[in-house]
Amino acid sequence: MDVAISIKGLVVRHGSLTAVDHVDLEVRPGEVFALLGPNGAGKTTMVETLEGYRSPDEGMVRVLGLDPVADHVELVPSIGVMLQHGGVYPVMTPAQALRLYAAYYDDPVPASELIESLSLSEVAATPWRRLSGGEQQRVSLALALIGRPSVLFLDEPTAGVDLHGRLAIRSIIAEQARAGVTVLVTTHEMAEAEAVAQRVAILHRGRLARVGTMEELTGGGVRFTAPHGLDTTSLGSALGVAVHEDSPGHYRIDAETSPQLVGSLGGWLAEKGATLGELRSGATLEDTYSAIVGEAAYEPAPEPRPTRSRRRSER
Amino acid sequence: MRALRAQLIAEVTMTLRRGETLLLTLGIPLILLVFFSQIKIVSTQGSRPVDLVTPGILALAVMSTSMVSLGIATGFERGYGVLKRLGATPLGRSRLLTAKIASVAAIEVLQAAVIVPVGLLLGWNPSGGVLGAAGAAGACVAGSIAFGGIGLAMAGRLRAEVNLAAANGLYLILLLLGGMVVPLSVLPVGIRTVAELLPAAALSSSLHDSLGPIDGYPACWIVLVVWMVIAPVIAVRAFRFEGD
Repeated sequence: MDVAISIKGLVVRHGSLTAVDHVDLEVRPGEVFALLGPNGAGKTTMVETLEGYRSPDEGMVRVLGLDPVADHVELVPSIGVMLQHGGVYPVMTPAQALRLYAAYYDDPVPASELIESLSLSEVAATPWRRLSGGEQQRVSLALALIGRPSVLFLDEPTAGVDLHGRLAIRSIIAEQARAGVTVLVTTHEMAEAEAVAQRVAILHRGRLARVGTMEELTGGGVRFTAPHGLDTTSLGSALGVAVHEDSPGHYRIDAETSPQLVGSLGGWLAEKGATLGELRSGATLEDTYSAIVGEAAYEPAPEPRPTRSRRRSER
Repeated sequence: MRALRAQLIAEVTMTLRRGETLLLTLGIPLILLVFFSQIKIVSTQGSRPVDLVTPGILALAVMSTSMVSLGIATGFERGYGVLKRLGATPLGRSRLLTAKIASVAAIEVLQAAVIVPVGLLLGWNPSGGVLGAAGAAGACVAGSIAFGGIGLAMAGRLRAEVNLAAANGLYLILLLLGGMVVPLSVLPVGIRTVAELLPAAALSSSLHDSLGPIDGYPACWIVLVVWMVIAPVIAVRAFRFEGD
């Protein structure tokens, strides 16, 4: 099979809101693919459609050649799902949850193996509700892996996870990809996408803004930071090239770096009394992302808050 | 089959580990059984209190497990995303629901295994023989389906903590109006008429009909069967596996 995940003309609506708007995408077998976008970009809706939780309003999706809704029973043994939050009985320990999930599959990974590989030995007998956010994420990942999936859907797998946990999760993702597993990761963290993915799609307001390898999405132009609100038209005239403020205080010059350009830029800024912050050649993924989503990229992601029902039950 | 068995064991184990569930399904019924069989607070229509109360307590046990315990637990599982996640495993929703139904049945058998001996120790003298026992078992099955439908309809629609309050509130209302510890005959006519249309009164009256010492009201079996049919239909229409 050449394509593990195929999306054609996908539209998903929530009432009057179009959450996913005519998206076309293909993910190859064994590829780690990141869906990047700000909160509300439509990432989770898109993934939930691939997992069979939602039907497309328009278009078509296939996972391993199967329709996630119509062929749900045939598909689920081959996929592993990690939800953004929860999904585990709060009273169950990681060991109990893994043993229970193992019973759902014909050839599960031994629970002990996953407990060890995800560094869960010390908390294997601790109820889920008492685990830290990072430990809960690792248990959730272990549950997604237990059925030896061919396609893994990981929704914000490192959200709230400390550095040690992130490294462990990244290592597992890389290991799965080496074993031929297709991994679709959704995240709003660029560092995460850069660290794990071979290809990245940037989703903004339900539309696919860019898709490509890291090399394709970065590079080109000169970037600098300076106070927000500089007159880019005036600066562009001075430099003889176009200048854009992609997001507040982050500027892009459509030209290659040269001593003349740097000198002219420095002179113009000095004339305006503006301080030059960072100056570099080429774009990072963050630059590309910021150029697409604009100010939305600078909005801090809200910390997941436990629902009142969760808090109550945890007492 | 392995997945279903594992899920059933997990459901029963989690139910029995919840202290509040044990209080609801065994503690309160036993306390009420002992209290109302020993102290004659309301008219028992010439019957011994224990003969009147024990069938009512069996009805209460069915309602506690199939509506309140099942509904509250399912509501929280929905809020936690557990149901959603299980929907993307080979267990599937049908086996999950089957495991839940079997778990309710298992808990109810356990309740009967405790309540019936305690009632007998207190002097309960059930009438009706084998036919009566079969009728009682049938009533309990019908009642479980009806109350399970009500519990799941609320769990699948209301936010977990709202469902918790609603299920407990409904439990109290149905306890008082259900002829379980307070005979329907002592209720004012208007309230009694409404009560007789509710599944609690229908179940307790059907159990009284089967096990004595009094007859249930004439339409109790019909009302029970109607609830057994419509409550699951409402649950199927109202239930959502996702969201809080």
